[in-house]
Amino acid sequence: MTAIPQISADTLANMEKQRRRARVSSTFRYSLLIIVGLIMVYPLVWMFGASFKTNAEIFSSPSFWPKEPTVQGYIDGWQTSTPYTFAKFFGNSMLIIIPKMIGTAISCTLVAYGFARFDFPFKKIIFSTVIATLLLPNVVTRIPQYLLFRDIGWLDSFLPLWVPSALAGDAFFVFMLIQFLRAIPRDMEEAARVDGANTLQTLIYIVVPMLMPALISVCLFQFMWTMNDFLGPLIYLSSVENYPISLALKLSIDTTEAFAWNQILAMSCLALAPSLFVFFMAQKYFIEGISTGGVKG
Amino acid sequence: MGGDSKYLGLWYVAPYVIGLLLFTAFPFVASFYLSFTDYDLLSKPEWTGLDNYKKLFTRDRTFDKSLKVTLTYVFMTVPLKLAFALFIAVILNYRLRAIGLFRTAFYVPSILGGSIAIAVLWRYIFADTGLVNMMLEGLGFEAVNWFGDPENALFTISLLRCWQFGSAMVIFLAALQSVDKSLYEAASIDGANKWQLFRYITLPLITPVIFFNLIMQTVQAFQEFNGPYIITEGGPLKSTYLLPLYIYDKAFKSFDMGYASAIAWVLFVIIMVLTSIAFWSSKKWVYYAGDKRS
Repeated sequence: MTAIPQISADTLANMEKQRRRARVSSTFRYSLLIIVGLIMVYPLVWMFGASFKTNAEIFSSPSFWPKEPTVQGYIDGWQTSTPYTFAKFFGNSMLIIIPKMIGTAISCTLVAYGFARFDFPFKKIIFSTVIATLLLPNVVTRIPQYLLFRDIGWLDSFLPLWVPSALAGDAFFVFMLIQFLRAIPRDMEEAARVDGANTLQTLIYIVVPMLMPALISVCLFQFMWTMNDFLGPLIYLSSVENYPISLALKLSIDTTEAFAWNQILAMSCLALAPSLFVFFMAQKYFIEGISTGGVKG
Repeated sequence: MGGDSKYLGLWYVAPYVIGLLLFTAFPFVASFYLSFTDYDLLSKPEWTGLDNYKKLFTRDRTFDKSLKVTLTYVFMTVPLKLAFALFIAVILNYRLRAIGLFRTAFYVPSILGGSIAIAVLWRYIFADTGLVNMMLEGLGFEAVNWFGDPENALFTISLLRCWQFGSAMVIFLAALQSVDKSLYEAASIDGANKWQLFRYITLPLITPVIFFNLIMQTVQAFQEFNGPYIITEGGPLKSTYLLPLYIYDKAFKSFDMGYASAIAWVLFVIIMVLTSIAFWSSKKWVYYAGDKRS
């Protein structure tokens, strides 16, 4: 009888010690996360603040808060040094992104459906090329692609920038949709087939609605990557009137950086705005998409 | 599905097959061919055999430099980024409050990181009188010449990639969250400490994801272009002149398509050799739970 209270006192002390240790380490974890979080986010916050600073102030204080806030950077930057305003370049970006997103969504759905639901000759070989393309560095195909588009007269147009994607050229998305489809049970599709729907009807009315979350992820990633794409437009587009935002930004660095940092920062903020907006609108699709398919970036 | 023609599936994958042949397979073969030619866009490609490769490996000092810089960049950036991503993912995996908030904060740079705007920002915050140096001086340290000094420039560029650790982290986090908790309990009862739990349970179980991230990040790091192109333009003294920049200059500035293709193929072979080593070695260190192996 006498031993029992003693043991529980020991245990209590032990538990107390453990609890304290847990508290210390959780404080440590939070502090670490907050510090890392600040390092991650502060450059962006600073950029946003600095875009409202005067030129003289940008390189004079590490604070993000502008002392004499001004929107001059936005006004001047928007005009650009070209005959066009930034609106034109945003428009061009959209003219690339929208066909690319739609084309990707449609073609990748068809292809993923084909792979996930049918058996056909050479399926194994064709599927293995999806994986191979996933790992194939673009750098090795870029030059002949350029020559091909030159020969069919597509240079300085938006076509080279979206047509390959509209033919399910982004193996990553095909792969992601296949993974997603494999996880969806086929009962509903089979029921629809029994009721006389053909495979295309089944795809449109049964599969696509279930595939929606994954398709949204696909569109969102395509949006971001195309917004960020620089090398493609750099190679294929030559006249300023066709420039998307990424090239326009590079152009404004080349022409105005010597004297107008605030303009460049202001336009950089605007260039990031669409991606940030889309990201915050649809965060959960990103996290889900990235966890099902894995992702580059 | 029973009654359909066995070719029906082929119709669905037809767009992919057409795209593959036109925009991947044909260019792939063509670039191999071009790498043995001299082609300046004006006249037809002229077969020169191994000349391009001979020149690359014997006389081209720029290539030597660029290759060295590229390998340094990849071997510096990829482990740093992955280790950091895993470290943060492990911390986030403790049941913390506001995990969503942190995950977002860490992930946003990956979304934006590849853009020109961020490369511009990088120039500004690491400028001589930029944000980072102002902060260092405020804390009493000496300012660092981040881009001007060839010793530092590559490191500054690779920081930009490490800053984008978020996507790798989200993948790690998803894997960590799927580890069966009862394994930890069982091992704890047997007296394992936290480090042992991580080393002998967590780490083996997430090796497939480590492997995936390793491959993807390596392939991408070898192809980095935007950062050095915008921030340092390959300089100073070619200390950030990665191979993709060299290929771009050769192909689209000097229009030396044959030679550029040869460089691209060397880069491709390096990537392939490294990936093959990773795949081959994966049998020894990547753990696949029983039936999941496929």
